[in-house]
Amino acid sequence: MAQQLIDQFAARLPADRRAAVYQSTKTTHEKRTAMLFDQFAEPHRLRALAGGIKQHVLENLDTLLPAVEAKLQANGAQVHWAATAEAACAAVLRIMQARGATKLVKAKTMVSEEIALEHFLAAHGIEALETDLGEFIVQLDHDRPSHIVRPIIHKNRREIAQSFERHGLGAYDDDPQTITRRARQFLRQKYLQADVGLTGANFVSVESGRLVLVTNEGNSRFSLAAPKCHIALVGIEKLVPRDRDLGLLLNLLARSATAQQLTVYTEFITGPKAATQPDGPEELHVIFVDNGRTDVLASECRAILRCIRCGACMNVCPVYRQASGHAYRSVYPGPVGAVLSPLLAGKKFPELADLPKASSLCGACHEVCPVDIPIPDLLLRLRDQGKRAGAPLAAAGTPPMGAWALLASQPAAWKAALLGGKIINYLPTKLLPVPPLRAWEKSRTLPEWRGGEFRRWLRHRTTP
Amino acid sequence: MLNAERKPVTGKRVQLMATCLCDAFYDDVARATVEVLEHAGCTIDFPEGQTCCGQPALNGGDWAAARKVVRHTVRTFAGEDPVILPSGSCAAMLFHGAPLAFEHEPDLAAVEALGRRTWELLDFLVNGLGLTSWPGRYDARIALHRACHARGTGSLPAALTLLRSIRGVEVVEFGELEQCCGFGGTFSVAFPHISQAMGDLKLEHIRAARPDLLASVDMSCLMHLSGRAAHEGQPIKIRHVAQILRDALASA
Repeated sequence: MAQQLIDQFAARLPADRRAAVYQSTKTTHEKRTAMLFDQFAEPHRLRALAGGIKQHVLENLDTLLPAVEAKLQANGAQVHWAATAEAACAAVLRIMQARGATKLVKAKTMVSEEIALEHFLAAHGIEALETDLGEFIVQLDHDRPSHIVRPIIHKNRREIAQSFERHGLGAYDDDPQTITRRARQFLRQKYLQADVGLTGANFVSVESGRLVLVTNEGNSRFSLAAPKCHIALVGIEKLVPRDRDLGLLLNLLARSATAQQLTVYTEFITGPKAATQPDGPEELHVIFVDNGRTDVLASECRAILRCIRCGACMNVCPVYRQASGHAYRSVYPGPVGAVLSPLLAGKKFPELADLPKASSLCGACHEVCPVDIPIPDLLLRLRDQGKRAGAPLAAAGTPPMGAWALLASQPAAWKAALLGGKIINYLPTKLLPVPPLRAWEKSRTLPEWRGGEFRRWLRHRTTP
Repeated sequence: MLNAERKPVTGKRVQLMATCLCDAFYDDVARATVEVLEHAGCTIDFPEGQTCCGQPALNGGDWAAARKVVRHTVRTFAGEDPVILPSGSCAAMLFHGAPLAFEHEPDLAAVEALGRRTWELLDFLVNGLGLTSWPGRYDARIALHRACHARGTGSLPAALTLLRSIRGVEVVEFGELEQCCGFGGTFSVAFPHISQAMGDLKLEHIRAARPDLLASVDMSCLMHLSGRAAHEGQPIKIRHVAQILRDALASA
């Protein structure tokens, strides 16, 4: 195989789909950049500071996790620990069964995608309805999200209108307001019928035990308004040490994700309904999910766990823009996904070992990351890991480097090759059975070979 | 974004690393580099045993092979003098990429020491030697490609400072500066479709600005973009910034 899987996917991607992804990511990236640099004198220092806070969390999880557990319990929440995806799903089921609950509404959470919660609950006769508009459409279509912030970035409104029609949500109408209104009408009843509201959490403050949720549609509030039980699925890396750290992180998250100063809804949840409050969930369960994260923490790629899921790296990434999110064959696409997904795959790493290759290592992802993750360095580390694991998917299309390294460490052979290489000026290179050369020449001409010319000039010139 | 902590420059003796691309394809860029450095008062040593920085193997994922080449480069460029390269990405390989691949190796210190005296040419002229302008005249509208390995280093501002100081030079703006040209070393052959699409997008932006030529501090980007343009039957003129500086001297 001479071509990487993601490149093959990109080559097959319909033009309108690529255009949708490209336009949307480009616009968001440009707004994000203008806003950050307009409003802050030194955004790069803010990114470094935020990265430092999240790195501190990672390096102190052993003490911060027990501390936040105690705080949450003091606030009246019940804390559960799930080492695996299966354990996390089972915990949700246990909580629901204990209440005799059968209906769940869920706000957007990538962890629930990661653990395939919807599928698991369906197998146990429980309906888990998505309430984020994008996720709702994904669910209707049995599709998968292709972006962590904009799950339907790959769809246009005509497709959505057709889908609504198919599912009995009204005659074809691709007016975005109509689509939104119909979804809202359908969901309103579901909120009232639900037994449980499930959310993620963007941050959990160790200091106060506050869960912080940011959304733009208000759906997470609705998910918590009627149901008597709130379950929050939280990756163990989501902690921040103090409430005041949120000032920095929320400012960076909204700007990086959607080019907003602040998302429309920012919720701070400190426990279940208090006796003095008129309504709200009577039970709050926080399920901390590991699912491979402690292995990532133990690896040299632990900085990827700083990620606050803003999606800025995929918005700026030229490879994501050409290939779209589904090309990455995993829950987390784009540059962050190219690092995180193979790592979370654990023993199945070889199946995703090509993802870290899907980058020209241009560094744009690092430049925009609100928590300063050196993504290109992590991609490089995983390429090395893929090579050492002998993963065929990672090797595809990469010329063999062993022989080249031998040549490049022997000056006499190198000089001979510089001179001998001239032969390519006289060969029909397009016909040579050398895959990298063919891949190059398929769309680019090769410059004239002038090996040895500089050294000859240097030897024969009269130094001024 | 790249770690570019450098030793201050004290003398004017330098070692030149031509880079494999200039050794094999772009000899005039290496010549221009020599002439520019000499104009800046440098004495140049060219170690004959030099080959490549090792970047293709590092990026290709074969770190064992990369370390073999880096070790050769460390031996070849012994001493204390600054090592100058007419390439942002090869320089970044030596001061950023190589130390990454040597983290658990006994000779990490030697690799890091080489990194601290390794400079991309324009970064060296402005931030190493302290030049703030360049003499001469060069009449052209120039599109300066933002080579990715110059991100976060002093190279791009340095190139702009010197180019803008040359009489006759007009640096033109074009869209999506932060986007990569699509070369990416082995990426260009392992992801031929995406690489080509990225190149086409870059060329579209550049052409819209109607420059006389496209310049860079890296020949790899220019090889990809000019190769793509030529393949489509619409060749573009490319110049390394060193060639522009050298040619400006002719009318100084």
